[in-house]
Amino acid sequence: MNHAPDLLSSLYVFLLATFVGLEVIKRVSPLLHTPLMSLTNAISAIAIVGALLITGHEETTLSTVLGMVAVVCSMINVTGGYLITFRMVKMFKRKASEK
Amino acid sequence: MNENLISIAYLAASAAFILALKWMSSVPTARRGVAIGAIGMALAIGGTLLSPEIVSYRNIAIALVLGTMLGVPMAMMPMTAVPQRTALSHAFGALAAALVGTAEYSLRYQTIDRITMFALTIEVLLGFLTFSASLMAFGKLQEILPQRPITYGGQNIVNLAVLGVALLLGGVLVASPQQTMLFPIMAILAFTFGIMLIVPIGGADMPTVIALLNSYAGLAAAAMGFALDNKLLIIAGSLDGASGLILSIIMCKAMNRSFTNVLFGAFGQVQAGPAGKVEAKPVKSATSEEAASILANANLVVVIPGYGMAVAQAQHKVRELHDVLMKKGARVVFAIHPVAGRMPGHMNVLLAEADVPYDRLLEMEDANRELPEADVALVIGANDVTNPAARHDKSSPVYGMPIIDVDKAHVVMVIKRSMNPGFAGIDNELYTMDKTLMLFGDAKAVVGDLVKEIGAAE
Repeated sequence: MNHAPDLLSSLYVFLLATFVGLEVIKRVSPLLHTPLMSLTNAISAIAIVGALLITGHEETTLSTVLGMVAVVCSMINVTGGYLITFRMVKMFKRKASEK
Repeated sequence: MNENLISIAYLAASAAFILALKWMSSVPTARRGVAIGAIGMALAIGGTLLSPEIVSYRNIAIALVLGTMLGVPMAMMPMTAVPQRTALSHAFGALAAALVGTAEYSLRYQTIDRITMFALTIEVLLGFLTFSASLMAFGKLQEILPQRPITYGGQNIVNLAVLGVALLLGGVLVASPQQTMLFPIMAILAFTFGIMLIVPIGGADMPTVIALLNSYAGLAAAAMGFALDNKLLIIAGSLDGASGLILSIIMCKAMNRSFTNVLFGAFGQVQAGPAGKVEAKPVKSATSEEAASILANANLVVVIPGYGMAVAQAQHKVRELHDVLMKKGARVVFAIHPVAGRMPGHMNVLLAEADVPYDRLLEMEDANRELPEADVALVIGANDVTNPAARHDKSSPVYGMPIIDVDKAHVVMVIKRSMNPGFAGIDNELYTMDKTLMLFGDAKAVVGDLVKEIGAAE
């Protein structure tokens, strides 16, 4: 059970982050639900961290290829996700004239 | 030295992600939110690239360039395609998690401990099932696949059996990770379950399902964090998981339905109904001249947009209508039902794209306060969210669902292509009310005619 301390602190982090997430997201205006979803989608492209490590480590051909595909998939969400969210958010204007 | 730098970069990235979501809560700070989110991601990627585990950058560079080249065009899609784009990016995110999990397993199965294997199993199960489910959702939204739910006898039992076997294999793998044969079978079963989960889901339930898949994709990333013992992944993944969860709860409440009901209830089947018993009641249809003259004299007009507006791409014409009525001195507001469209907030984004100021976009409760005063309620491509049967008809499938009280306005106008029922396949008694005028035709064309008529009347 030498992993217990790590698991426990990971569970604490998971618990706290989930509660922070619930509290923060509850306050998001329904106006912005679509950009919110595309922003969280971009943030969950954080899987790129694991993908980069596997790819760069180059242990076996299989792991490197799987890692590369995962990097491509995540990077699509990183660039695509942030760009489209920014595009959406920019469209919301208080007055029609300020274009 | 690098170790410390990486830890600091990850810590800063975690803070950035939390701030990004916090600033996303209102329009004035939302741009800042996106920017800090992007900075957080840059820190996370930059920090990772410093890791001593990385021995070669060549493949990484190729993959990053390729991903960027594919990602940029995906950000340029038109706003009407946002629901399917979102489904597709959930699929990419989930696939990335599933593949990393698979690669980790292939490298470490001989020495892996149970806790890590447990996290890996969850990551791979969630990853593959979210991947295939999101692809299915994409197919339905893009209309490559039929949007009507497909059901057959014993469907739920078959689905649960597939999931059950996948979970069982996962359990065996946690107990003895060396059974490498079981791993691909588990992955294939999870993939199959994802497909089967979406088959019975209809277009009207897409907002809930997309939100749920958003949550799963986040949880898969969080599970990866447990497997790699990386707190940044856990934080970012659980923020995403929490967000998707809240959105799907909001969507469920807006339809007065439970999660199980959405996933296993196959809402939107064509209601067989008591054949022949319901006689066709007459509807009153109006020409655009008649409708325009009523609109031109209105003081308060409430517009209720729905998926039909998105399909007809009528949002720019709708904005012109808003402008010409405003010029006549009328107040024009938009009543947005939480599940209008195919994803949460879909209508708001479309109208914002068409340059409608966002203070005109009212939430359901606020709109309902204004509707009894409204001279005209103009329904554009919305159906079930306006059905008064939700308030009084206990036998109706929409009974109990919070609706926009369109029937309380003085005059109701409904723009509709034909008398076909909506996605829930339910007759809408709104259409046969005395004060309702039906304007048949394509939403874009009809609204365009109204704009012309009202403009000409000056």
